[in-house]
Amino acid sequence: MRFRQWASTGAPWIWLNAAAVAALLLLVGGLVLLIAFRGLGHFWPTGVERIVYQDESGARSTLLGQVREREEISRQRLEEAGQEVPGEALDLQRILLKTGNRDISGSDFRWVLEARIVQRDKPYSAVVVERTEWGVFIGHLLGVRQGDSLVPGNDSWGAFQQAIERASRLRAEISELERDQIGEINHQLEQLRLRERRIELDGGDNPVALEEIETRRQELREQYLVFEAQLETYYEQIQRDQVVLETVDGQRVDLPLANVIKAWRPNEMSLGNKIGHFLAAGWAFVSEAPREANTEGGVFPAIFGTVLMVLIMTVVVFPFGVIGGIWLREYARQGWLTRTVRIAVNNLAGVPSIVYGVFGLGFFVYALGGSIDALFFEEALPMPTFGTGGLFWASLTLALLTLPVVIIATEEGLARIPRTVREGSLALGATRWETLWRTVLPMASPGIMTGLILAVARAAGEVAPLMLVGVVKLAPSLPVDGQFPYLHLERKFMHLGFHIYDVGFQSPNVEAARPLVYATALLLVLVTLLLNAVAIVARNRLRDKYRGLET
Amino acid sequence: MNAVTPETPEIAIRKRPRYQLWRARKDSIARWTISIGGTLVIGAIAMIFVYLLWVVWPLFTPASVESRVELGANNETAPAPAWLALDEQGEVVSGLSRTGVVHFRSAHGGEMISSQPLATGELEVTATAFEAGKPGLVAVGSASGAVQVFEHQYAMDFSTGVETRRVVPSLEFPYGEDALLSLQAPVTHLAIADDSRALLLAAHGADGDLVLLRAAKTQNLLSGEVQIDIQTQSQGIPFGVTALALSGDRRWIYLGDASGNIHRFSSENLELQQTIAVSEHAISAVSMLLGGVSLLVGDESGALYQAFPVRDDQNQLSLQAIRSFPALQAEIVLIQPEQRRKGFVAVDSSGNVGLYHATTGEQVLDIDGQGPVAAVGLSPRANAILLAGEDGSIALYEVDNPHPDVSWATLWEKVWYENYPEPDYVWQSSAANTDFEPKFSLTPLVFGTLKAALYAMLFAVPLALMAAAYTACFMAPAVRELVKPIIEVMAALPTVVLGFLAGLWLAPFVEKHLAGVFMILLVLPPGVIAFAYLWSRHGGAFRKRVPAGWAPLLLVPVVVLLVALAMWFAEPVQAVLFGGDLRAWLTREAGIAYDQRNALVIGCAMGFAVIPTIFSIAEDAFYGVPRSLTMGSLALGATPWQTMTSVILPTASPGIFSALMIGLGRAVGETMIVLMATGNTPIMDWNLFEGMRTLAANIAVEMPESAVGSSHFRVLFLAALVLFLFTFVVNTGAEVIRQRLREKYSSL
Repeated sequence: MRFRQWASTGAPWIWLNAAAVAALLLLVGGLVLLIAFRGLGHFWPTGVERIVYQDESGARSTLLGQVREREEISRQRLEEAGQEVPGEALDLQRILLKTGNRDISGSDFRWVLEARIVQRDKPYSAVVVERTEWGVFIGHLLGVRQGDSLVPGNDSWGAFQQAIERASRLRAEISELERDQIGEINHQLEQLRLRERRIELDGGDNPVALEEIETRRQELREQYLVFEAQLETYYEQIQRDQVVLETVDGQRVDLPLANVIKAWRPNEMSLGNKIGHFLAAGWAFVSEAPREANTEGGVFPAIFGTVLMVLIMTVVVFPFGVIGGIWLREYARQGWLTRTVRIAVNNLAGVPSIVYGVFGLGFFVYALGGSIDALFFEEALPMPTFGTGGLFWASLTLALLTLPVVIIATEEGLARIPRTVREGSLALGATRWETLWRTVLPMASPGIMTGLILAVARAAGEVAPLMLVGVVKLAPSLPVDGQFPYLHLERKFMHLGFHIYDVGFQSPNVEAARPLVYATALLLVLVTLLLNAVAIVARNRLRDKYRGLET
Repeated sequence: MNAVTPETPEIAIRKRPRYQLWRARKDSIARWTISIGGTLVIGAIAMIFVYLLWVVWPLFTPASVESRVELGANNETAPAPAWLALDEQGEVVSGLSRTGVVHFRSAHGGEMISSQPLATGELEVTATAFEAGKPGLVAVGSASGAVQVFEHQYAMDFSTGVETRRVVPSLEFPYGEDALLSLQAPVTHLAIADDSRALLLAAHGADGDLVLLRAAKTQNLLSGEVQIDIQTQSQGIPFGVTALALSGDRRWIYLGDASGNIHRFSSENLELQQTIAVSEHAISAVSMLLGGVSLLVGDESGALYQAFPVRDDQNQLSLQAIRSFPALQAEIVLIQPEQRRKGFVAVDSSGNVGLYHATTGEQVLDIDGQGPVAAVGLSPRANAILLAGEDGSIALYEVDNPHPDVSWATLWEKVWYENYPEPDYVWQSSAANTDFEPKFSLTPLVFGTLKAALYAMLFAVPLALMAAAYTACFMAPAVRELVKPIIEVMAALPTVVLGFLAGLWLAPFVEKHLAGVFMILLVLPPGVIAFAYLWSRHGGAFRKRVPAGWAPLLLVPVVVLLVALAMWFAEPVQAVLFGGDLRAWLTREAGIAYDQRNALVIGCAMGFAVIPTIFSIAEDAFYGVPRSLTMGSLALGATPWQTMTSVILPTASPGIFSALMIGLGRAVGETMIVLMATGNTPIMDWNLFEGMRTLAANIAVEMPESAVGSSHFRVLFLAALVLFLFTFVVNTGAEVIRQRLREKYSSL
């Protein structure tokens, strides 16, 4: 077949259409792989390389760090940046080295031109230390100082690990004391202050109650002193040990173990060790709180906030959405009005989410929240309680956002039930409600469940409206804790999606935080994909279960 | 669906035992609960629209006078005050009598609080002026030629408790109690400009001399004492001066004359810089607007103009008449600027009072002053106006005028703002200084929204429609089972993730491989066709093993290969054509601005986000075309592609249209991707390599910072309402078309 003849059949167009499908598959696959690869790479204990390079003047210096990236760069661009470029090649390779030690060298990263590298190796003894501040330290271990005794040299690795364990135990004790005991006292003191203010607002003349508040406050202060003394001893203990480290250019650093979270020697780890480290780091990521303006540590509060918000949203949206759908399909008189309402509800699913955010801020936060504060939390004013963004308002806003999805799903689920089923039930003497409750709803449940889960998946990934109604970059405490009423609906919360936006775009050290953002993005993608998968499976299961009934 | 009306007959219920009664009651409870609940749910949804409208509404409601209180004439101030003011709380009325006594009276009943003469001797006040940026400072000129400066201040007295707090007024003389300046003749016009560094006082005497006083302030760093260094200059003015003002930056003196001209003098050397004809009638009053940039001019006929210096092509400042305001009936006698906004009050000789806003150029309120007005005072919040009649009676008007700065024209049309060379669409809602002119033009935001949506659609529509056509019409069922969930995955990806990838990965990638990205567009279609031709001609045995409808899977490696080829090939091509680097060439040679986060990145990322929406609706439309039609076409000898273009496509076109509409609605409202992957600068330029600011991103950025109830807050709500209405209309159109399509299919 000649080309022209082949082309005249239209086959090239069909092939192009097929190519569009292939491109879509590649886009989705590539994107998921990209996130997965970069996100998971964050946890892998990359080897530490020692690089000796020669700068423009011929002086040699040594760097120690993990290779983060390798890229090609044109000579032109380098020269425009004012660098002297060795050799003749038009394109050069350069590597991005994560050298850590931000407190000493000022930055975490260094670009190194490969053409300038004289020597590269992987020193067996290189140590990576994760610290509570200033990012990681990369260097060599000289010894561990425990109180007055010093364990020097290579034997100190074991001692170092023991010291880390001891320090993290003490840290846990301290944080428990600070968060639970002292937090409880602060909470009660705040309650007392509010009670006092309440009395003042009511006319201020209740000496008995005021007396009581004052004695109680005194008691709490005494308790506080006890805890404070205890805390003092813990702090003394945790300050006892120090680790002596050396940077690659020979600078000695005495690092208190209070600041050390974890240390590893990536170059001597076996594959098994690396996998163990990888899993532990992954677990720490999902179970720990963030540190250093969210650029280090884990994302547990964000996961918790996301899940809790979605749960509350589900509790709100499920009954209302289902009732709305049932009313629209089963009870409302069908006519132009219901048709209009149906189209309107359908369209609301396409209204931009930020519009719901604006509504939530104006109506829920300022109007409703402001009124609630004025009525019930007068004593706390001018500090707003519900009159500012919070978990509850965010959940309500998202419930409103997903309401159309649930209504539509319920309606469609009900619409699919054949009329014969209803008529059969009614003919057997069941009332309308009984028909609905015993027969129609169970059959429609796959559709309703799918709608609900899709709503949940949408809510989990939605960020824009939340930015207006209560999400914060760093919440001081979780919305659930041991203090009455345990679930604090008015508190601000953290969210995975917002975490991505904040750390990726608002953080002071974007480059250092980037792997963490990829990891967070991976987590969010996994959560939403999982929810969608559950929706699909649930739909299929229930559909199979009730298949016999459908006509 | 609901044809059955299952009403249980009433007679039957009465005869039944309790259980049956309970069943019937349960049924009716359920009916009521669901009906009420359902109505409420639907109502809650409708409330979104109502609430947005309710918040936006005050922007477009006209100003009004809420109350008018007569404070009555004060014997001591009679016949009429020369100057009037109100304190921040609106509780104390301050007035300066023609005889030079300052009176403080209660704004509620008119009782005298205190009074204080400005000078020991007799004084006849002939001119007053106050500093627009520091309204407490007042200059008074007298018939003897003396000019004094005083400051009126208000302290809060809480000594009797919060509820019964009092405002205590007092007079201060920051430049001494004696006359700062003495003219040879009675003072006819006066102007004052003051800031932390210097005071400038201009006075015009009846003898035609203009006298300028400059008091430079130097603060001793150690002791904190302020030393004042006074210089005066004087010059005869050859024309009759009818009005006088000083610019806020103390550089210019503006003089009005009887033939309608404004003369601009330099305050450095008292030299005439420029004369412009503002009006055809004699200038009768001038005043600076808040900020000291704009000059407000009123003439004998009642016309009002605004003028400000504009930089021309040679970077020279020249005063230009910018706009005129709706005129009053008679000669303008007083112009009083607001202290916090770009509004002002103008009074004519027959007692008509107009409230204006400079940016909108509109008159917001019209008050009948009930007779000639001698002095006008504005409260700092501009919510109260004092009018003094010639007989000395004072009336206090409470004014409700919260949003004079927003009008239909400022939202959508070009406006000439201060310090701008020409009228323009500008969105700039806040700035560091307090005398800033807010610029609320939604046009650049709507433009940005449409630009982002357009580029996203350019990327998404071809891909989504082609893929949908293939999936619905040519794909093997087994592959379809695989492709559809993958597209569902695509729809489920959170946009914040897409935005983050677009901003932090795609944007740098595109910047680095710009040539490669365009090369992909050039290489991919011919590459695929070439492969297809070779495959159908020389595929041989392999060809038979790949069943029909499996082409996409076959093409996956081909596409990967072609993309790699394009990227590799781009290097030498751009080396030859663009001197090494397309990106650098664009800015250097073609003069096209390039932002790293630009419309190209947005197009790809947001296109990715709308593809699944378009794909699934279009796929439904394609798939829904009755088999009988396609089979008939094929049986008549049409090729599959001919069937596609002449049978399937026309039949499915309403569905495809609705897919495009819904995709567009999604692209218009998308927030996070735009927020993260553009620079968010509100520019108006179709350039593919520059960013934009969309309505949605603008709301996300500015909403948390805007003050509740302010014009800014309401304009942001208006932006949300615009988004709401746009998507609602687009989606309704799409839905109606889809329903029509369904009816059409069912008839086939």
